[in-house]
Amino acid sequence: MKKLLTGNEAIARGAWEAGALVCSAYPGTPSTEIIENAAKYTEMYAEWSPNEKVALEVGAGASIAGARALVAMKHVGVNVAADPLFTLAYTGVNGGLVLISADDPGMHSSQNEQDNRHFGRAAKVPVLEPSDSQESKDFTKVAFDLSENFDTPVMVRITTRVAHSQSLVNLSDRQETGLKKYEKNALKYVMIPAHARHRHIDVEARLEKLREYAETTPLNRIEWNDTKIGIITNGITYQYVKEVLKGASILKLGITFPLPRKMISEFSKRVDKLYVIEELEPFIENHIRSWGIEVHGKDVFPAIGEILPETISEKMREFSENIQLFSQQTDPPLNTPVRPPVLCPGCPHRGLFYVLNKLKVTVAGDIGCYTLGSLAPLNAIDTTICMGASIGAAIGMEKARGKDFARKLVAVIGDSTFIHSGITGLINTVYNKATTTTIILDNRTTGMTGHQDNPATGLTVKGDPIKEVDLVLLAKAVGVERVVVVDPFDLEKLENVIKNELAAEEPSVIITKRKCALIEKNKNTTPCFILEESCTGCMRCMRLGCPCIIKEGKKVRINSTQCAGCELCVSVCNSGAIGKEGLIDV
Amino acid sequence: MSDIINILIVGVGGQGTILASRVLSGVVQKIGLDVKVSEIHGMAQRGGSVVTQVRYGKEVASPIIPQGEADIILAFEKLEALRWLPYLKQNGSILINDQRIDPMPVIMGTADYPADAIAAIRSLHKNVIVIDGLKLAIESGNSKAVNVVLLGLLSKYLDIDKKIWLETLRETVPAKFLDANMKAFEAAQ
Ligand code: SF4
Ligand code: SF4
Repeated sequence: MKKLLTGNEAIARGAWEAGALVCSAYPGTPSTEIIENAAKYTEMYAEWSPNEKVALEVGAGASIAGARALVAMKHVGVNVAADPLFTLAYTGVNGGLVLISADDPGMHSSQNEQDNRHFGRAAKVPVLEPSDSQESKDFTKVAFDLSENFDTPVMVRITTRVAHSQSLVNLSDRQETGLKKYEKNALKYVMIPAHARHRHIDVEARLEKLREYAETTPLNRIEWNDTKIGIITNGITYQYVKEVLKGASILKLGITFPLPRKMISEFSKRVDKLYVIEELEPFIENHIRSWGIEVHGKDVFPAIGEILPETISEKMREFSENIQLFSQQTDPPLNTPVRPPVLCPGCPHRGLFYVLNKLKVTVAGDIGCYTLGSLAPLNAIDTTICMGASIGAAIGMEKARGKDFARKLVAVIGDSTFIHSGITGLINTVYNKATTTTIILDNRTTGMTGHQDNPATGLTVKGDPIKEVDLVLLAKAVGVERVVVVDPFDLEKLENVIKNELAAEEPSVIITKRKCALIEKNKNTTPCFILEESCTGCMRCMRLGCPCIIKEGKKVRINSTQCAGCELCVSVCNSGAIGKEGLIDV
Repeated sequence: MSDIINILIVGVGGQGTILASRVLSGVVQKIGLDVKVSEIHGMAQRGGSVVTQVRYGKEVASPIIPQGEADIILAFEKLEALRWLPYLKQNGSILINDQRIDPMPVIMGTADYPADAIAAIRSLHKNVIVIDGLKLAIESGNSKAVNVVLLGLLSKYLDIDKKIWLETLRETVPAKFLDANMKAFEAAQ
């Protein structure tokens, strides 16, 4: 039976068909749906881990204990999981261990566009790259076999276009591969120097064997055609090449580390001109060049952003007759203002950024919906680096500029991000005598990635209730004496709390607690409206950056079909010009 | 490539484009051809511009539609219709929902909403259909069914048996809204 699946759904299906028993992940676009789908199969345990490092460690434990394990994360998540990854390459596996790295060329939803094939090479683990959903499923299954046959974790690298595109997939049944025998084996699993020295020898020997495997596996294949140009390509770009360059010979690489050197050099000899078309880094290209083979790649194609079919058509136009040409790139006939994402109507974060902007404090920010607080008109965020960076960055700012600077400095971090990697930062605040204020935006969910649960929400990925992390107790336990919980819709109180905590020359934590507008079911969503006679046109409400408050001439209007009725605008209006049915007399 | 049909669905996060593309991909899955669908979401819930690309034919390699190659653009909003217009084929059709949703720069007064978007589109293309999806949805008894109204319109331009559309709708929308949605589907036909 064929079914239309996204790459992410196909990977979950592949793990299921391969008999995987344990799946773990931390949500991150474009990888999130892998575990959401894995969680639907009753035969597999699935979890949201607090971060990617823990996710990979859970996978490692499951593998050592004999189960097939799938671990998924976005590209930057692998940075967090790199510590276990590099040593797991030494220990190897028992049950197959597959790590999915979802890269994001073009940064549709990421803070950088690193190319994680480098991780495969640096950690010495094989990297597979599927180009559609069928391959996403098939390669995941192959990855489990490879992992067990070569005693290594295997990385499957996908990109946004593979993760989020749907294509037809042949489904198969699940193979109950079951649990492998578990035996204590300190030489293999206890990585003290004496053991690791031996394992490193095994790692190098394994890599040699993988090189041979890459020469013969059907994961790499040549599609012969006209030999005037030969294209070496991987992942989604293979699909583009197939469509745009009908005449060319193609060497499609399904495994991009290690590379099949013999296969590539033979291919290069039989074509007149050799190109590598790969997104981001010249990973394949540099390997090939290091073997003394003449090759074109980043001299023709960009190393920044995605490579689209149009790019291939445009760049290869002069080298090939057999090319699909597209119409000239044009712009729309009129100026089209951009449409940046905004905090939702009724978002609990809005009031906080309004106040922070008003108080003119420096804000070390973090990663989540609330990063949108950096955009106009809120303009409230000074830095966004990586998950959990806000607290450390705030400490560093205080250490550089002194205690006085800290009287106008906060770190802002979401509940899920705080648990991911903010806790250690908070411990550092206390330990190293910083006096900054940390604001934890507790909206009871992981909003940005589409509302996943986390240890602070009280539910698991399978929907089972659990005891939730008590953020107040946690902050107190690490030594923060001043912990205040406040409703971010109560702007007056919020402002006073922030002022108080900023003034205190000791570490403090403010928890702004209010459910994300998209998951809050019990709310009064009666829309607000402007009382035209009272509106003075002061434009104060415009500073909230609510997409429902629209400037119209000298006054404003509220879009009642979208307004969430949160009443934030009511509280910032000095002229009592914003009303709501049942709230004030009209 | 003329044996591949390329459809672009564009709109604003929260407008129901995701459900529309789910129905459309369900439909094309049933006609026994090769299909690829590509969706960029991530920011979809937060009012950004969203786009779904649907391609079907004998054999489809790339899941994304190059500029100037869309046979049909189904636009849920006027500014988005304008933004994605360069993707429309010379003799392609663009179906536009006559709705205006101001993006942040317009809301803040730092940019203008293009006043005569539709006229500008008409000056470049001849197959331009504009409907008031909200009005038709309200008339059919469910103001939230604008996306289904638009799907009904789209179905007129595709050579796919209506039975398949109705069957897919039945599978995709919740049972209690089915009647209103069926009516909405017919509204623009
Ligand atoms: S999803 Fe929730 S947290 Fe994110 S912007 Fe919308 S209301 Fe705010
Ligand atoms: S218009 Fe006012 S009440 Fe409505 S969502 Fe915006 S801030 Fe909240």
